Amino acid sequence: MTGPAKRDGPGRPAAAVPVPAPRAAEPIRRTRIVLAEVSRRDDRSARTRAELAEQTRVGEALVRGLVRAQLALALRLSLVVLIGLGGLPWLFAIAPAVGRVTVLGVNLPWLLLGVASFPFLITVGWAYVRLAERNEQDFTDLVQRPER
Amino acid sequence: MGNGFVVPAIVAVTLVTVGIGFYGLRLARTTSDFLVASRAISPTWNAAAIGGEYLSAASFLGVAGLILKYGVDVLWYPVGFAAGYLALLLFVAAPLRRSGAFTLPDFCEVRLGSRRLRKLATVFVIFIGWLYLVPQLQGAGLTLATVAGSPYPVGALLVAVVVTANVALGGMRAITFVQAFQYWLKLTALAVPAIFLALQWQADARPAVAPPDGPAFRTATTVVVEHRATLTLPDGDIREVRPGDRLDFAAGDPVPEVSGTATRATDWLLPDTAGNDDRGLFATYSLILATFLGTMGLPHVLVRFYTNPDGAAARRTTLVVLALVGAFYLLPTIYGVLGRIYTPQLLVTGQTDAVVVLLPGAALGDGLTGRLLAALVAAGAFAAFLSTSSGLLTSVAGVISTDVLGRGSVRGFRLATVLAGGVPAVLALNVSGLDVSQVVGLAFAVAASSFCPLLVLGIWWRGLTDLGAAAGVLVGGGAAIAAVLLTVLGPPLSGWPATLTTQPAAWTVPLAFTVMVAVSMATRRRLPADVGATMLRLHAPETLRL
Repeated sequence: MTGPAKRDGPGRPAAAVPVPAPRAAEPIRRTRIVLAEVSRRDDRSARTRAELAEQTRVGEALVRGLVRAQLALALRLSLVVLIGLGGLPWLFAIAPAVGRVTVLGVNLPWLLLGVASFPFLITVGWAYVRLAERNEQDFTDLVQRPER
Repeated sequence: MGNGFVVPAIVAVTLVTVGIGFYGLRLARTTSDFLVASRAISPTWNAAAIGGEYLSAASFLGVAGLILKYGVDVLWYPVGFAAGYLALLLFVAAPLRRSGAFTLPDFCEVRLGSRRLRKLATVFVIFIGWLYLVPQLQGAGLTLATVAGSPYPVGALLVAVVVTANVALGGMRAITFVQAFQYWLKLTALAVPAIFLALQWQADARPAVAPPDGPAFRTATTVVVEHRATLTLPDGDIREVRPGDRLDFAAGDPVPEVSGTATRATDWLLPDTAGNDDRGLFATYSLILATFLGTMGLPHVLVRFYTNPDGAAARRTTLVVLALVGAFYLLPTIYGVLGRIYTPQLLVTGQTDAVVVLLPGAALGDGLTGRLLAALVAAGAFAAFLSTSSGLLTSVAGVISTDVLGRGSVRGFRLATVLAGGVPAVLALNVSGLDVSQVVGLAFAVAASSFCPLLVLGIWWRGLTDLGAAAGVLVGGGAAIAAVLLTVLGPPLSGWPATLTTQPAAWTVPLAFTVMVAVSMATRRRLPADVGATMLRLHAPETLRL
């Protein structure tokens, strides 16, 4: 503990500089105002959270909206797969000529089912992940900044 | 077959599986480690593990065999097996993870708060798990018999013992490493020989895959029949053959038409057409429904989702799994197609499931390359049996230890594992006439008619009640189980009754949904009081920290 005390010695002349230094309180006060703003927004966000948790009418409506948005998204993309893949057996059945078409020497049904279906499924899955995460982000924004 | 590399390759896969298991054992310390790998597994590892667990004997051997036998119409198997993960992603992945449920019975209790429904779900998990385990063990027995000439019980028991010991000692943490390793092994074991096979096909001046006169023997072949069939010889003679009959064919002889397979070029090459018979179309749609919706109800698939840290990670993991599984399913088609050229005798013997294992030797000859590749494929097949059985066993044992024995301890889990592994091992030794892909397809149908409606309605519909769920599972799943038992044990059927029982999903799945919704609406008073809070928990992102 003697070390710092010794260093105080040479520093003392500097302490002779006019006193106003501690008075630099204004910036601190400004910081406090910013903090107050954050905490007020937190209050509002907390109120929305409480509404969600306690299942008030507002909270329930919010959750219903999210569930509905996610379900609609999942159903829309299932419809894409239903038409894109589910239509194929029916198409091959009513239009046998489609099965005879060859691309690069391979019959079209083999290419569609054996090769193309997998990238198609992955693309639909990728789109779903993106869109579902966006729905969740919208919900999060709604909860955290209800004034918007 | 005198291939000296096959047995060492199988032994190596088994030893590596056990070795990684023990490496994991050193990390597994608590019950949580055992059951859910302490939730500290990255999405890539987890996705590879899910893929490794999912690609079973049916995928590795069965799909190629079916394509060899039936042609373009059975391409719906691989498409459906992959699309099942899309359905899982769209409707189940994230909410199921957020529910905090570890098994399907857990989900029943979290969502509907009913102990009795939980018990019912337990029964279905065990039934589906065993239905799926038996053909894995059988596939192992048949493969070892084909490539190494061992008696059938050896392969089945070997896999049963290794897997039971590994799961009992290492738990799921070990399994995650083992499964991830086995995904890559399976992919390599099909991809590398496929490249050589394609090159060989080029070098042979690209023989036609479906010549107008039907497939022909490339070399003089003696065929020993293993399944009863009716052959139509090229000169129009019809001949009944029985197991054990020997038939000699010279090089260039056409393959006789075999009853029950698509031997003729156009049947094999072109899809079913409408007009003559609608049963083919019904069976196709039934298969699509079973595979698309059945994946989410398989017990060993769902367990994995709990190892994701949150809902968003569960979604991303599922997407990676979809890509991994999709990449894998490009390969069996190549084996099925080239099998028409190089191993047409399998159409006559009826052992089409062996095409993947036999094709490298048949196409590339007895040289070093051919033998090494044959050993690689055999090793991959064993990885498929080991990994799927491990996953199934973990989930069945988990359910038995928590719901039947009622103990959450590590000892309880070990005891449950021995129980869960013993029963299918005994079954596999006694029932040897089942067709691998067919039984697996039936397991999908049962899952699609019981757990799929329960999960989808439970996650998305507030109106579901415990009575409605139980009624739907009992009626839909029960009908599917009845169809399974009738197919496996009952007398041979023909016409519509046969189609309706071998491919039941197209009527049992809508039945299950209808009953579940109708009974739930009739018992509206039993709606759980906390349904709103549960929906919030299932769907709200974790970042809100509600």
